[in-house]
Amino acid sequence: MAQDDHSGAELAAADSSHAAHDTAVSPGTAVITADSFENPGFPPHRPRVTDENPKREKRAQRTVYTLFYLSILGSVWAIAAYMLFPMESNDVGAVRLNNMFFGLGATLALLAIGFGVVHWGKAIMADVELVDERHPIGGSPETQAAAVKVFADADRESGFTRRAAIRNSLIGALLVFPLPAIVLFRGFAPQDQMPVELLSHTMWKKGTRLALDPSGVPIKAADVTIGSAFHVIPEGLQDLEHGKLEEKAKAAVLLMRLEPSELNPAPGKENWAYEGIVAYSKICTHVGCPVALYEQHTHHLLCPCHQSQFDVANNCEVIFGPAARPLPQLAIEVDDEGYLVAQHDFTEPVGPSFWERN
Amino acid sequence: MTTAPSATAPQKRSFTSAASVYVNERTSIAGFVKELGRKAFPDHWSFLLGEVALFSFVVVLISGTFLTFFFQASMVEVHYDGSYVPLKGVEMSVAMASTLDISFDIRGGLFVRQMHHWAALLFVAAIGLHMLRIFFTGAFRKPRELNWVIGFILFILAMAEGFTGYSLPDDLLSGNGLRIIDGMVKGIPLIGTWTSFLLFGGEFPGTQIVGRLYTLHILLLPALVVALVALHLVFVVVHKHTQYAGPGKTQQNAVGPPILPIYAAKAGGFFFIVFGVLALIASMFTINPIWNYGPYDPSPVSAGTQPDWYIGFADGALRLIPPGWEFVWLDRTWSFNILVPLIVIGIFIVTVLIYPFIEAWVKGDKREHHIADRPRNAPTRTAIGAAGVTFYAGLWAAASSDILATHFSLTMEGVIHALQAVVILGPFVAYFITKRVCIALQKKDREIVLHGYESGRIVKLPGGEFIEVHQPLDEYDRWKLVSYESYAPLMIRPNARGKITVGQRLRASFSRWFFEDRIAPVSKGELESGHDTHH
Amino acid sequence: MTRQKRRTGRRHPLATVALLALGLVFTGGAYAALSNGTTAQAEVDPNSQQTIEEGKKLFQANCATCHGLSAQGTDEGPSLIGVGAAAVDFQVGTGRMPMQMQGPQAQQKPVQFTDEQIQQLAYYVASLGPGPDIPSDHLVNGGGDAANGAELFRINCAMCHNVAGAGGALTEGKFAPPLTDVSGVHIYEAMVTGPQNMPVFNDLNISPEDKRDVITYLKYLQDNRSPGGIELGSLGPVAEGLFIWIFGLGAIVAITVWITAKSN
Repeated sequence: MAQDDHSGAELAAADSSHAAHDTAVSPGTAVITADSFENPGFPPHRPRVTDENPKREKRAQRTVYTLFYLSILGSVWAIAAYMLFPMESNDVGAVRLNNMFFGLGATLALLAIGFGVVHWGKAIMADVELVDERHPIGGSPETQAAAVKVFADADRESGFTRRAAIRNSLIGALLVFPLPAIVLFRGFAPQDQMPVELLSHTMWKKGTRLALDPSGVPIKAADVTIGSAFHVIPEGLQDLEHGKLEEKAKAAVLLMRLEPSELNPAPGKENWAYEGIVAYSKICTHVGCPVALYEQHTHHLLCPCHQSQFDVANNCEVIFGPAARPLPQLAIEVDDEGYLVAQHDFTEPVGPSFWERN
Repeated sequence: MTTAPSATAPQKRSFTSAASVYVNERTSIAGFVKELGRKAFPDHWSFLLGEVALFSFVVVLISGTFLTFFFQASMVEVHYDGSYVPLKGVEMSVAMASTLDISFDIRGGLFVRQMHHWAALLFVAAIGLHMLRIFFTGAFRKPRELNWVIGFILFILAMAEGFTGYSLPDDLLSGNGLRIIDGMVKGIPLIGTWTSFLLFGGEFPGTQIVGRLYTLHILLLPALVVALVALHLVFVVVHKHTQYAGPGKTQQNAVGPPILPIYAAKAGGFFFIVFGVLALIASMFTINPIWNYGPYDPSPVSAGTQPDWYIGFADGALRLIPPGWEFVWLDRTWSFNILVPLIVIGIFIVTVLIYPFIEAWVKGDKREHHIADRPRNAPTRTAIGAAGVTFYAGLWAAASSDILATHFSLTMEGVIHALQAVVILGPFVAYFITKRVCIALQKKDREIVLHGYESGRIVKLPGGEFIEVHQPLDEYDRWKLVSYESYAPLMIRPNARGKITVGQRLRASFSRWFFEDRIAPVSKGELESGHDTHH
Repeated sequence: MTRQKRRTGRRHPLATVALLALGLVFTGGAYAALSNGTTAQAEVDPNSQQTIEEGKKLFQANCATCHGLSAQGTDEGPSLIGVGAAAVDFQVGTGRMPMQMQGPQAQQKPVQFTDEQIQQLAYYVASLGPGPDIPSDHLVNGGGDAANGAELFRINCAMCHNVAGAGGALTEGKFAPPLTDVSGVHIYEAMVTGPQNMPVFNDLNISPEDKRDVITYLKYLQDNRSPGGIELGSLGPVAEGLFIWIFGLGAIVAITVWITAKSN
């Protein structure tokens, strides 16, 4: 039954804000008025229905143990579901059923315990409220003084302050000793590679055929009709033993064909396209997502990650979004058999900018 | 006193008492129980938000441990041979294949995986909401400043845990997420290129990153989180919980039900409820369907590629930068399109982290504060908080600019421009509105204390005048409205050497900003004179 | 107490749970209804003069305002000579044409014509110049290799249409539509004709068999609901984040209020 460990009266006299042990401490710019209200103390206790009505208490009790039994049922259900809904091979529907029925059993098992225990605490357990006294976090002045003394004694006995030469040399040593660990980090990547050099070259070189991603079938110029977009990798990429993804991450290219009259090639790049067919790096110059959303009428390329937009008709210059540089163009031509080939590697590093890039 | 224990207690020694005696005689736990068992724990729904975070973290630990038994953090390429038909024969990393096996070939595996991910989302969300509660009620004031810092570091660690976990399956979504991280790291001056190179163990994507993130995800980061959570809770015990102003509640007491049994029942039951809600969500709602995304490949990408929600603000910051913020200077590339978001977010994070110290310095109040503020009674702080929330929300919304565009039939360019405005101007608007609303609410509180509630009852005075009867407050309700302190702007005074320092001037201007439109609580005298003049 | 301020609303302890469950069920229901569109092939002879005559009449009555009396194109609409039967079947068969108004892109609307009329229109336009034909049934019935189709879909389609075919945003208010209830025929026709701003995927880029595989994968997605449960629109982390804040944390906050409320 309800009980209070406190009565309203005893606290009524207590100061409203910061009293007793705090008087020595500065209140800063807080405005403290002598005329403020006094804490009226605790209001009278309000009993619960279950305190007053034994029937309601009985009912609460019944609810609680029913919930606990329900929880057992839920656990049994989950175990049964585990066996009744096996995950048949090649059938996602079975996975769905297993996941759902096992999960719902577990849900019931957990929620019923939770709601049961909370309800027990709320409606049946004695409605007690306690009052704890707070003490200053810093402890009593004696404790503080004792702690200060411990440090002073330790300092005197060790000579930490007095023997400056020992102390300072120790500090020096402590500062330097982690440095070898930093050197160890060089081993995080192959010792014989340098990042800037790797970033500056791709698999494309003179005569490398443009091939379809992922099949690796080379593409003829005649295959690329107006309005097409081909996702391209260098021929031979799929046969690489190592570093396939690393090479692909630099060499992926998007091939598009526009009306030649719609292209406005930059000076010096007039012959980088072939009859309206252009190839641009697919790796965004912002932070490297594949820029692959090609709109065939507007000739805009869009990056789905940060919405940078590039205008294919104008050398893939940035027209919107956070990217700063145009997508690098891959100069292409046609070989004797009619296949599209690269004229040479990209003339600048592809992908996101980096410090040493210039 | 000389009676041996065996003489007094042989009749009935229940198993539990025997067990507790056994344990106590080997652990000295009795002192601990005596000290803590009957502590009062103030009761309010908002005091349970931290528990939501704690409990979802426990669920993350439990479910995550199960997953480690099956997940293989290797980027060796294999051909998938599991049960999911549309990926059969596809080349993918072992990490991806083992995650698919957890989902399709281990009974209950998908359930645990989904619970792990949903619990992680809830973990960070609950921390966020918990921090908002602490901020807006001023529960970070002395002596709790350090615990605010610990909590904030936990928030950052939780995001790191989340991001490393998100990246482990090596699917297309997480791979593109790592690609973005790689691009961002490369944009950092001086160290960026090498940092990315070392992080990925060579060129992106390399074959190392999943294993490295896995070590962080299941060893280093969880150890830090567990340690800091423990410290965080120790501080809660040391400080005792804050409480809201109310009759009988003072700065010197903590009022509430005892830890044993009521608080233990509520908190223990609540753990099962949080666990159960997560189980329900995991059994009914798909999360991160990696089988749709397929294995990582640098060429494809999915529309709507986004990070999990808690990284969204950073992704959004990247999206809001206008074109062309990159220059070559001194023969080096300066990627301000990456640096500016990083710096702005960095400043935002540091400001939130040190806010308690700023406010303490402005106020100069060295007392302990155990009564939580009502947000309206600290208008400037509440307005600053609203500005911060608006700023964060603007960045967060920007991370879904494409989805906002498609779902509200807008142009993505329009959405981005609008959000650029929200991020830059929104905080000022939110600040202004919130401050005015707070002050208006404070004035209304004063009005209520002085004149009582409007009862809705209209009476006609003998003179024919109609008035509404105001019902006066009882002293308990009144106490809730008057028991706060206001702060006055700092007066600049010369120091001991007769000088006014720059620091003083700065503090004074901050103080003016914070407190110039203060509304003082009603005093006794005011109430009495109010009664005299009233009708 | 002079004033009864506290609410004494009677709330059953399980009311919150029930409410939560109800909320979850309703959200789920919204995503539950996915219909599988299929087009029945009406029996129309593509080469008969009568078909083409009928198609011409329909064209002149419904399309000529924008596309010109002999489909040569005007300022309002492009020439349709050489776009083939596939383009007409797609544009008219999905309700995009006839267009109601100019906008960033043609919107899907209720289909305006019967299947027979659509084919008459299609073969009339096909008679004006060679172009892609309406695909035959074996290419669009979903009998191919879903795994190959899924890979091709990810490389060629997912960046606009999303890996789960949920659709996505393009520039200036345009968007790639969801593919969750598009029929195999229309998917095929869209690939070969490149409607609106979609690029063309001709048979040398993605072969007819590969197109069949892509359709097989999309049909697999249409026919099999997610093993994990309700998909939340397959929108990825944004939908998941909103869900956990609104429904997950929302429900839990409601429960915290119940836990700390005085029992009555």
